[in-house]
Amino acid sequence: MQMPEPDAAVIAVRGRLIARLREFLPDAAVVVGEDDLRAFETDGLTAYKALPLVAVLPESTTQISKVMALCAEMGVKVVPRGAGTGLSGGALPLADGVTLVLTKLNKVLEVDYANRCAVVQPGVTNLAVSEAVDADGFYYAPDPSSQIACSIGGNVAENSGGVHCLKYGVTTNNLLGLEMVLMDGEVVHLGGKHLDAEGYDLMGILTGSEGLLGVITEVTVRILPKPETARALLVGFSTVEAGGECVSGVISAGIVPGGMEMMDKAAIHAAEDFCHAGYPLDVEALLIVELDGPAVEVDELVERVRVIAEGCGASSLRISESEDERLAFWAGRKNAFPAVGRISPDYYCMDGTIPRGQLARVLARMTELSSQYGLRVANVFHAGDGNLHPLILYDASVPGELERTEEMGAEILKLCVEVGGVLTGEHGVGIEKRDLMGEMFNEIDLAHQQRVKCAFDPDGLLNPGKVFPELHRCAELGKMHVHGGKLPFPDLPRF
Amino acid sequence: METFRPVDEEQLREVVAWAVSNELPLDVVGAASKRALGRPGNLPARIETGSLSGISWYEPTELALTAGAGTPIADIEARLAENCQQLAFEPPDLGPLLGAPAVAATLGGTIACNLSGPRRVSAGAARDHFLGLRAISGRAEIFKSGGRVVKNVSGYDLCKALAGSYGTLAVLSEITVKVLPAPEKTRTVLVYAQSDADGIALLGKAAASPLSPSGLAHLTADMAMRSAVEYISGNACSVTAVRIEGTEASVLARTEAMRRLLGGVAAVEELHGYNSVAFWKEIASAAPVIVQDGSIWRLSIPPSVATEIVAAIDCEACFYDWAGGLVWVVMTSGGDGGAATIRNAIAKARAGGHATLVRGDAELRARVPVFEPQSAPLAALSARLKAQFDPKGVLNPGRMVAES
Repeated sequence: MQMPEPDAAVIAVRGRLIARLREFLPDAAVVVGEDDLRAFETDGLTAYKALPLVAVLPESTTQISKVMALCAEMGVKVVPRGAGTGLSGGALPLADGVTLVLTKLNKVLEVDYANRCAVVQPGVTNLAVSEAVDADGFYYAPDPSSQIACSIGGNVAENSGGVHCLKYGVTTNNLLGLEMVLMDGEVVHLGGKHLDAEGYDLMGILTGSEGLLGVITEVTVRILPKPETARALLVGFSTVEAGGECVSGVISAGIVPGGMEMMDKAAIHAAEDFCHAGYPLDVEALLIVELDGPAVEVDELVERVRVIAEGCGASSLRISESEDERLAFWAGRKNAFPAVGRISPDYYCMDGTIPRGQLARVLARMTELSSQYGLRVANVFHAGDGNLHPLILYDASVPGELERTEEMGAEILKLCVEVGGVLTGEHGVGIEKRDLMGEMFNEIDLAHQQRVKCAFDPDGLLNPGKVFPELHRCAELGKMHVHGGKLPFPDLPRF
Repeated sequence: METFRPVDEEQLREVVAWAVSNELPLDVVGAASKRALGRPGNLPARIETGSLSGISWYEPTELALTAGAGTPIADIEARLAENCQQLAFEPPDLGPLLGAPAVAATLGGTIACNLSGPRRVSAGAARDHFLGLRAISGRAEIFKSGGRVVKNVSGYDLCKALAGSYGTLAVLSEITVKVLPAPEKTRTVLVYAQSDADGIALLGKAAASPLSPSGLAHLTADMAMRSAVEYISGNACSVTAVRIEGTEASVLARTEAMRRLLGGVAAVEELHGYNSVAFWKEIASAAPVIVQDGSIWRLSIPPSVATEIVAAIDCEACFYDWAGGLVWVVMTSGGDGGAATIRNAIAKARAGGHATLVRGDAELRARVPVFEPQSAPLAALSARLKAQFDPKGVLNPGRMVAES
């Protein structure tokens, strides 16, 4: 993984940068000591570490605007950082860049039930949004598995998902408004409490832009009334194909489950050993189907799913009869990652999305790759939306094993693209999948994306080195290369 | 005006290349059924994507469909219906409102205008169902973005950039949309004779309930009387309507629960399947205001200030959708079609929101900002985005904002 060469001229003016930051930030908000900076050296992609030039912890939009304007003036790069739980290295510091930490902006500013929305600062955790409205019967729908720790600003930057995406959408489908600061310090408001903002959908472009376009300083999210009830089925299958067939069967029957999760044998065993959820151990695939909504509807759909699952040859089937039992079904799945962490010194979590119907083919090919690379793989699959998380088990202390793991991971993601899927479903490109972007996009596609950045950040100072395999100057990207000018199709229909 | 109707993506690219080389702006349309929405163009040439038509990929179990941008929405809906599926954002047919034929709209035009119907409140907007694209930018280059899956964060979400861009950034050639199961049953709970404020309060109560309503509208008495559905027009009073969709047992139980929740204030009635479908089509296409003289505006605002804003503008007629978050307004006063009155009222409510002049004659639409004017930094950012996609300004210049 090659990061851009740090700019010696910027590193040389570090002292002046610190002095100027302290003109408007309290001393404690400007972190300069090596030991203190270590707290920010990595994010959830812990294989990569770097110390930032300086870290700042502002407390207001005004302070953030001043930081950005100063950095723009001095030509210093900025890396925004939320809770640091991202899994693709999007918050990896730059040696010649300021890490802008947003955790101090952690207030729920307003809950507006009349308009069914909440206005929060970016450092508020995902779960805290739901907790703020829980007593009144509401919640915030996207629920990434890191929801206890991850921040809503980071969720917007990564367009985070969760297990309920098929029915309730991902972050971008649950936002109403944003306040952001551009690289030059300008504060811009997008949307508000109404649906469908006027003009270009800049909020939609910002969402999932991985901190490359603007710094998010305030978020307005939709909140939803909590479903009346939820019930789950826990279904075992003796083949992966039968499990896949059941997933397709549920969808074909016109059912949109609140959640539909699948685990393969390796993941089932790891989870069961870890938390004794009562999972069957003699199956190749285990499916959790959760239905939520009005009780009468849930009961009806549970019965329909049961019939479909039995028709697909389910070898075991349990239906939750209580809230405790439903949560027990989920316990193993929700702890699948730490469970896998127990059976291997290290694991590497992949994040491709595939068309649901390609699951059996992809898992079969993954078994081949596993033996080819000599690395074990456990799979958890958001079957409802096609998001596949293969966990490659490895030992970082064995020389060369991390490299082999990354190589195998790249093969898996190429496979996802090959079967009609995508590189990343919810973890982001960051530095991790940056060099694989060419598998999905050609140079023209990538140039059209990078020119969006030119509109927001023409000097390329905001989080450079992430997402795009090659850095191009905006002046270069702006050149026109139009060939033709004549209409070469004499038979082109014209009227 | 010369009109080009390319039959494939490469021809489409050639037309744009020709326009770029000659710096001749193009009027970009699908079937042109919504050309009267936005500022008038008076452009020397037009490109129609209507021949880029046909569904090229559809897997019901993948809940997605790919089609040429020029494919009629009606063709897509018919194909989806064969598998009991639908476009859940409920594409509205604005043709008749805009003086164009009904049932002409294309997928590309609907996405490019980001138009959604009453189910917007529960299922999201057109942009939320737009998964992938192929398009030709103003650089005469073919590019793609997104994919066929609902969960995808590979690179910037250019689908969002193009949805609602009215063809000013790129010409869509191929579109992949999310599709969802169609409801087995539909009913609509009606409450009669409520004031605007009481009606909106009831809609808010319904929206905040766990009964998952999928349509929330309020019609004043004069608007209700325009309906072809007898239960709506027959009582000469206002109608507050809440749609319930789902499986049969669920709809029956939730309809009953919704009647209890909203009842006790006035007479409650219920529309069954056929009437429900007919009524919500009227709401989606703004049918109650079509025959009205005057300028027609679409206000997107927080529901809590809907009646305050309506009270401040002295309009000729209006009705509410999206639980009050969408208001269709008819204005007959003022030389500016009511622009200043409406926009001042929204600003004065200090809760955000915006107004679009949906129907007005070309002279008015050239003179008055059709879309809400933006703050200076936002307008500058939008202009920079346009310049990156279309540096020579050949794609629908002036359709959204006047050329400076």
